[in-house]
Amino acid sequence: MSNPLIDMQKPDVIFAIGTNMTECHPVAATGIKKALAKGSKLIVADPRRIRLAEIADLYLPIRVGSDVALALAMAHVIVREGLVDLDFVADRTTGAEAFFEHVGRFTPEWASKICEVPAADIETAALWYGKADKGAIYYTLGITEHICGVDNVQSLCNLALMTGHIGREGTGVNPMRGQNNIQGAGDCGAVPANFPGFQPCNDPASVEKFSKAYGRQIDGEKGITKVAALNLCGNGIHAMIINGENTVVSDPDRHHCEHALKSLDHLVVIDIFMTDTAELADIVLPATSWGETDGVQTNTERRVQRLRKAVEPPGEAKPDWWIVSEIGKRLGAHGFEYESAKDVFNELCELSPIYNGLDWDRIDKGEYQWPVPTKDHPGTPILHINEFKNGRGVFKVIGYRDPAEVINDEFPVWLTTGRRLQAYHTRTQTGRSAGIDYLLAEESLEVNPADLEAWGLKDGQTCKISSGSLEIKIKATEISPRGTVFTSFSFADVPVNILTGSGYDPITDTAELKVCPVRLEAIPDV
Amino acid sequence: MIAEAKAELKVMTMTVDNQTVNFTEGETIYQVATRRPGKEIPTLCYDDRLEAFGACRLCVVEVEGVRAPVASCTTKATEGMKVTTQSARIEKYRKTLLEMVASENRSIDVDPLSGYASQEFRMLIDHYDARTGRFAGKKSGTSNTSDKNPFILRDYDNCISCYRCVRVCAEQEGDHAINVMNRGFSTQIITEFNRQLRDSQCTFCGQCVQTCPTGALGDAKALRAVEVEGKIEKTRTICPYCGVGCSVDIMTRGQKIVGVQPAMDGPANKGALCIKGQFAFDFVQHEDRLTQPLIKQEDGTFKEVDWDTALDAAADGYRKVLEKYGRHAIYGVASGRAPHEAAYTMQKFIRASFGTNYIDNCSRA
Ligand code: SF4
Ligand code: SF4
Ligand code: FES
Repeated sequence: MSNPLIDMQKPDVIFAIGTNMTECHPVAATGIKKALAKGSKLIVADPRRIRLAEIADLYLPIRVGSDVALALAMAHVIVREGLVDLDFVADRTTGAEAFFEHVGRFTPEWASKICEVPAADIETAALWYGKADKGAIYYTLGITEHICGVDNVQSLCNLALMTGHIGREGTGVNPMRGQNNIQGAGDCGAVPANFPGFQPCNDPASVEKFSKAYGRQIDGEKGITKVAALNLCGNGIHAMIINGENTVVSDPDRHHCEHALKSLDHLVVIDIFMTDTAELADIVLPATSWGETDGVQTNTERRVQRLRKAVEPPGEAKPDWWIVSEIGKRLGAHGFEYESAKDVFNELCELSPIYNGLDWDRIDKGEYQWPVPTKDHPGTPILHINEFKNGRGVFKVIGYRDPAEVINDEFPVWLTTGRRLQAYHTRTQTGRSAGIDYLLAEESLEVNPADLEAWGLKDGQTCKISSGSLEIKIKATEISPRGTVFTSFSFADVPVNILTGSGYDPITDTAELKVCPVRLEAIPDV
Repeated sequence: MIAEAKAELKVMTMTVDNQTVNFTEGETIYQVATRRPGKEIPTLCYDDRLEAFGACRLCVVEVEGVRAPVASCTTKATEGMKVTTQSARIEKYRKTLLEMVASENRSIDVDPLSGYASQEFRMLIDHYDARTGRFAGKKSGTSNTSDKNPFILRDYDNCISCYRCVRVCAEQEGDHAINVMNRGFSTQIITEFNRQLRDSQCTFCGQCVQTCPTGALGDAKALRAVEVEGKIEKTRTICPYCGVGCSVDIMTRGQKIVGVQPAMDGPANKGALCIKGQFAFDFVQHEDRLTQPLIKQEDGTFKEVDWDTALDAAADGYRKVLEKYGRHAIYGVASGRAPHEAAYTMQKFIRASFGTNYIDNCSRA
């Protein structure tokens, strides 16, 4: 996030798109509710009539996967109505002219046909956001999990750049991170394009720095993504090490993923439970869990915080860092003689410019948001205050693309996926917490009641979703709009990922988990 | 800017127990007295995250020139005000109040597992020696034992109508799952249409439980451990679920995790939590946990082995693939849920052992 969580209470206009915040980031959502109580306006764009939509001042029930069209039309209105922040654009951005000319074609009427929301509402959304003193954008996986995920994000950045809604309190473009330490995994360099601290793998100085620090020459080019690696399993990739990720259940395409992992010569999985993925491993190593491990994690607002051990782990379980280091040592790699999590974290701080000012003791109270370049630096709650990381903010000329697959006569219904408040990810944890079943015992497919009637289906009935052969219980709800059905990917017995994920964003390899055309059929009662 | 803003705020003075203190416009007597000279004023309906409510009147103080004692939590400080926080008259008033409230409740002593603020009432009763039974008689509130939810105990026999639960739900959560019905002895905290919580707007964030000063609302999940021996220890950490990163205290008795309480000073959450952070902690000590390194046998089953055997075999496997297919045949996937140290060593493992950038995490799923 460009801005801290506390800023959620400060904007005049909040534009929330593709985020089911009350279920996925409930405590953050309380910030929005407080802003509303103080008189802020909330615009929500989401295919489903979620709780956030209920409390919005303006709700745009956009068709799944049409976000870019909406953003283009909003930009069009902002230009047409003279709401561009000309000083900001002149001082801090490049590429504005080409972008402004580009959006001239994309009227709200044009977008209305694609997004299936009234042109007048798109107009209103643009006017509110454009006229706001402080406008802030919030989004989650509803924006990124598409073949056009990067386009979606850049469209939102364009809106913030043209209105100057960035680099100030109560503004910004704010992705809400899903998993507790997904931000941290990136910070630590567990990505194919960057070393720790987002130092590029194709930057010669960084390559030299890390080759020296790690005691061996490292490739000077980016690695491949996980998606690409899975595609190469058995044919280029022959061994993997997977830490605490139930890939088989969470990944876009379950059959493909299982097949890929089975074709490896050697698979080591480190986890706290015997997950479906661990079942496929040659060696399974037991890790210590939350509550048993000292460590660090970074939240969605870049706040670096301490995790502390409260109890001893069961049996022989060991911290992940210890396990990985022991394998490293056995392969003759250098620099794995750590005695504690503190040693590991302090090494990260030394090598990462955004953490240079931090160390284990300094983060004790969780006061710092990175970048913290020096020991006397107070941290950076708001990014991009006086300049962008690479100088100027760049407008990107983006066009609308249809999703990888669109509905047709054979598959006439949009399926979209997401998460639920009471379940987390693949439920390896929430599913093993007593009482959660009382609230959420099984998966269901949410369908608009009018559609049920039109399709000859009944509430509570089990139906088949195809292509694929997923069986799932129907739940009638007005949350789903007509023609679009919803389910989550949390339950292993309803592996939605056998249906989704046929397309990938060409830049990030993020899977199209959010949209998939399907057909529903009743299963006759036995 | 900041200097200007400061200049605009007029600094005023008042006296608290004969001590002169500065304050700024808008502050209440309670805020000035407890923050500046650090006076202790007892409260029951007060939670500093919420709008002051003025229901319990325990926070009364004397103000010169005003006949009756005033509630310090709702009365704004004014220039030249002279406040006395402790006097024989005030103390007697407070004691009588507590005696009356205590007499309406079934029990004063509740297990500290009930919730973060659950001991506030008992501590005041003990401090003022108010278990006199002088007002024994009618009880207030009726427990809602028919609510079968496994998280929130609703024992209204112990309710003192401070409305903290209702206010935290409305003001902090922005939900209005619970409300107040009736007044006086028949006051009742209920959901809309008196449904069970599961069928209301309730999201089971547990905030009402944690602010309740009497344990009338209790952490039913933590209370399962009432019988577990040992003192409750608290360990400050961060919730293991979403990216908000709420601060929590893990409660343990011996080596058992018995519950979670929110950290009121947590930088990202200021005491707020959701159902996952509040109630979904017991996966940690679940019987399904892996406890021993495992190696797969020819027949597909796993065999328990010691660490050296497992680690040697793990390293061997990579060495063989390395020899046969080269450095770019090995790939690492780090976790977005494990701590930094896990992700950092994973990327280092790949880069330092094989010299490639063949590492990713699960953010793309
Ligand atoms: S249930 Fe607890 S918090 Fe709610 S009004 Fe009663 S005593 Fe106060
Ligand atoms: S308590 Fe809820 S909102 Fe807070 S970090 Fe945990 S899952 Fe996220
Ligand atoms: S604390 Fe002031 S009236 Fe209750």
